[in-house]
Amino acid sequence: MIAGVSTEFTPPGPESFDLPPIINGVDWFTKPVLVAALTVVVIVWFFWSASRKAEVVPSKLQFAGELGYNFVRNSIARDAIGSQEYMKYVPYLCGLFFFILLNNVAATVPLVQFPTFSHVGWAYVAAVMSWVIYNAVGIRKHGVWGYFKHQTMPAGVPGWLMPLMIPIEFISNILVRPISLSLRLFANMFAGHILLLVFVLGGEYMVFEAGSIGLAGVGILTFLMGFAIAGLELFVQAIQAYIFVVLTAQYIGSAIAEDH
Amino acid sequence: MLTKVLPLAAEGEEVNPLLPHTAEIIFGFVFLVLLAIAFAKVVVPKFEKAYADRTAAIEGGMNEAKQAQAEAKAALEKYNAQLAEARQEAAKIREDAREQGAQIIAEMREQANAEAERIVTHARTQIDAERAQAVASLRSEVGHMATTLAGRIVGESLEDEARQRRTVERFLSELEASESARQAVGTDG
Repeated sequence: MIAGVSTEFTPPGPESFDLPPIINGVDWFTKPVLVAALTVVVIVWFFWSASRKAEVVPSKLQFAGELGYNFVRNSIARDAIGSQEYMKYVPYLCGLFFFILLNNVAATVPLVQFPTFSHVGWAYVAAVMSWVIYNAVGIRKHGVWGYFKHQTMPAGVPGWLMPLMIPIEFISNILVRPISLSLRLFANMFAGHILLLVFVLGGEYMVFEAGSIGLAGVGILTFLMGFAIAGLELFVQAIQAYIFVVLTAQYIGSAIAEDH
Repeated sequence: MLTKVLPLAAEGEEVNPLLPHTAEIIFGFVFLVLLAIAFAKVVVPKFEKAYADRTAAIEGGMNEAKQAQAEAKAALEKYNAQLAEARQEAAKIREDAREQGAQIIAEMREQANAEAERIVTHARTQIDAERAQAVASLRSEVGHMATTLAGRIVGESLEDEARQRRTVERFLSELEASESARQAVGTDG
């Protein structure tokens, strides 16, 4: 478009996420798999060493572990599920939270810089697990018919509204939840990464390949903007992990609640 | 449409970001289950045990403090009771002393009275005896003197001592009798 452009800029797109396998021929061993495996190792190692010698008076490491554990246990699980039954779900919610959090934040860690959950499969499997859990505990508590009634017939709604309410509630509480849960996380990570790619690759292109002083200046600004975006992304990454786990806890809480 | 996008591994095909990789679904499931198990088996029990210990330690400390407080209160009550007892005892001792003092004073007074009486009685008998003695000596002297006087006046010696004595005695007896009669009349009058 501008005179002197040597190569055309190809904007990042969905194909930017299609990474080649790390070892040629081993198709399943991709960067997200490696990163996810590393986060599992880090999480298990950290909490194992923090809780291994858990004492009444905590060490610094134990204190740090308790801080993270308490956040999920008290602020997420107990608040959303209630102090009667929340302990059963704390292990899953802890694992889920720290897995999503570390994989999201890994997108900002140098050399990793790839959000695992921008590959939708991870988000699907996490959402489906949460969906299976909250429906299963609801059915176990209320029975199949009782759980169906519990989720689709809100208390206090007049009978003549039920033909309208039941399909709406069924769709929103049973069908849409796993989709919204997974797509929210996936889309945030996907869009955040693509945004970063646009700013960084675009800035790089304008500075090094556009061949114009003015564009190079704009490119530097763009590049700097990329850093700001990365800071914002860090925030989004933490928030998304929190939202995913809070919603899971709330779905469990509402599924086993006595009344709506 | 699905058939067109499904083989996304194929080269040169458009990538649909909403279609998952099978490997990632499997790994995601395995990793999440692994983490949940690790938390359920190790982290949660250890931390919960530490929390329970902490609660127990705090409650234990509170119970200890409560016990100490109760002990202190019991000791205070005991001391107060002892103090009251001591006070009561002191009052009793004072009362006893007062009573005893009064008794002693009464006893002493009685003793002194008895002594005084004894002294008075003694003096009276002595006086009586002395008087009797004086009366006896006076009588013989007065008799002698009267006889001598009468002999001088009469001019004759009254030789018969026995007669003299009898006369004097008779005289004195009459005198005494008239005296006591006059006295009786005097007290009557």
